[in-house]
Amino acid sequence: MSTSTRADARAQARAEKAAARTEVSHGSRWGAILRYTILGIGALVFLFPFYYMVIGSLQLKPDTSLAGAFPNPANITLQNYVEINERIGLLQGLVNSGIFTMGVILCTLLFGVLAGYALSVLHWRGRGVAFAIVLLVQIVPFQLLMIPLYVLIARDYGLSDSYLGMILPFAINSAAVLIFRQYFLQVPRALFDAARIDGASELRVLWSVALPLVRPALLTVILLTFIGPWNEFLWPFLITKEASMQPLAVSLANYISTVAASAANPYGAILAGAVVLAIPAVVLFIVFQRQFNSSDIGSGVKG
Amino acid sequence: MVTVSPEASTTGRRDAQDARSSRRRRLLGQNPLGLLLSTPYLIFIGVVFAYPMIFAVWMSLHDYFFSAPGADVEREFVGLDNFVAVATDPAVWRSFLNVGVFLVINVPLTVVLSMLLAAALNKAVHARVFLRVSFYVPYVSASVALVAIWLFLFSGPGLVNQILGPLAPSPSWLINPFLAMPVIALFVTWKGMGFYILLYLAALQNVPKELYESASTDGAGAVRTFFSVTVPGVRPATLLVLLLATITGANLFTEPYLLTNGGGPNGASTSPVLLMYQKGLEQGNPDVAAAIGVILVILVLTIALIQRRLVGGDES
Repeated sequence: MSTSTRADARAQARAEKAAARTEVSHGSRWGAILRYTILGIGALVFLFPFYYMVIGSLQLKPDTSLAGAFPNPANITLQNYVEINERIGLLQGLVNSGIFTMGVILCTLLFGVLAGYALSVLHWRGRGVAFAIVLLVQIVPFQLLMIPLYVLIARDYGLSDSYLGMILPFAINSAAVLIFRQYFLQVPRALFDAARIDGASELRVLWSVALPLVRPALLTVILLTFIGPWNEFLWPFLITKEASMQPLAVSLANYISTVAASAANPYGAILAGAVVLAIPAVVLFIVFQRQFNSSDIGSGVKG
Repeated sequence: MVTVSPEASTTGRRDAQDARSSRRRRLLGQNPLGLLLSTPYLIFIGVVFAYPMIFAVWMSLHDYFFSAPGADVEREFVGLDNFVAVATDPAVWRSFLNVGVFLVINVPLTVVLSMLLAAALNKAVHARVFLRVSFYVPYVSASVALVAIWLFLFSGPGLVNQILGPLAPSPSWLINPFLAMPVIALFVTWKGMGFYILLYLAALQNVPKELYESASTDGAGAVRTFFSVTVPGVRPATLLVLLLATITGANLFTEPYLLTNGGGPNGASTSPVLLMYQKGLEQGNPDVAAAIGVILVILVLTIALIQRRLVGGDES
């Protein structure tokens, strides 16, 4: 099934492309030129700051003139990376970010698959209410919960400066439940019934029949969940005071807001840290760009 | 799920069993296991959503302060005192006004530009993957990393001012009381747009092809078709974009904290959430911060309802 959906998607993409091609031949040449001009300007606006970040991180002295965007290779150095590593400990930050992110992804997958399966395949009393709750949770902004969660987790449970305290508020993710539910709903009923007639328990059906069929959903959810904790600033910032426990986003932010003023080339070191923080997410989404498609995002937001 | 045990020899026993299972079925539904599988999720909702939410409202109505862990302190009920304190604080008004400025810039830009780019991308033949990826790269990157680049670009002697030359604003962007908030709005628009482009791209696949065909038979040009077919066709997505952009605006924290060095200059770019952090955790008034949170959520929900009414149509 997973291969067939992928084949479907590919066929659909091909059809779209073909349709687009015929439309272009119908439409005017000027229309196409205008279209690519808009798209090209868009791509430049979105990508140039990243290019500039890498360039800036490699220069010993910041050159902010326009010429500085195309630096002399002789001026390129990794000194800024050494500098930022001495100040905030890049490796420790990456490890903390990694543990935080992995914990959130594991919890999201576990709870999301179970709830998504229960909300789509199984019929039980209270399912409608539970589904309504899942949708409702999405519109409660984290900011309303920030102060009480801080009081509960940091003060009452004493979980500040711990991975558990960081992970807890992000352990469930309604978008993931909705995506899994959407995928489970697309699996033909007969497959589940066949397994049940063969005597498989419901958990067995979930593990051996349902899960392998929704493998693309697993990858989508992992990708979408990854950018949450990896990029999250506010919550880990509130809950970690000890530098050795801080995810990279937090330690870099602290460097920007306090330490940077005293450095010789503050922007160079800041940009070097920014490159290290940004690269994992960017690489992940370039490698798996095929899995990051618009329809999954739609179902994750709307249900 | 038929459960008949083979050793049920007497019909009486079997009947009793059937009756029990049908009663259970009436009570819990066909697959009671569903409830069990959802339980961890629902417990978490209780622990990290429902309880803190009630706690937030409770806190805003009491004289709440931080105390030593384990100490049993009486929290006096103070009615709406915290809300009065919030309503009479000019800094709070300023922060909500700032979100207003943010929304006025961010929402129209987001809707217009992401719809335009999605429509163009939808018809593009070459370099589709490259364009799509380049549009969402800022969306998947950490705000903290992107803020670092913008700090560099928009600093006093930064590239933006170098290009503008004599046109560069003084004082510079991020320390200018009239420009700090617009720069934040531009930053968030730029960062989030990739996600909205993907939303519109999905919505465009649902616009019936026949509409485009009949528009072209009727002799409508590209611009006319865009406004008469595409724009109404993606209306549900527009509603979603409006809603999400409003929520994003209400949640601003990282950008004013880092980009304008804590909501500066002089609170010109403070956001309500930044104020909640400063009042609640830095100054030790969590009750006042909780009151700001309650007001913020009520405002967001109100705006969301108004948008729904104005744009019309259902999300589905």
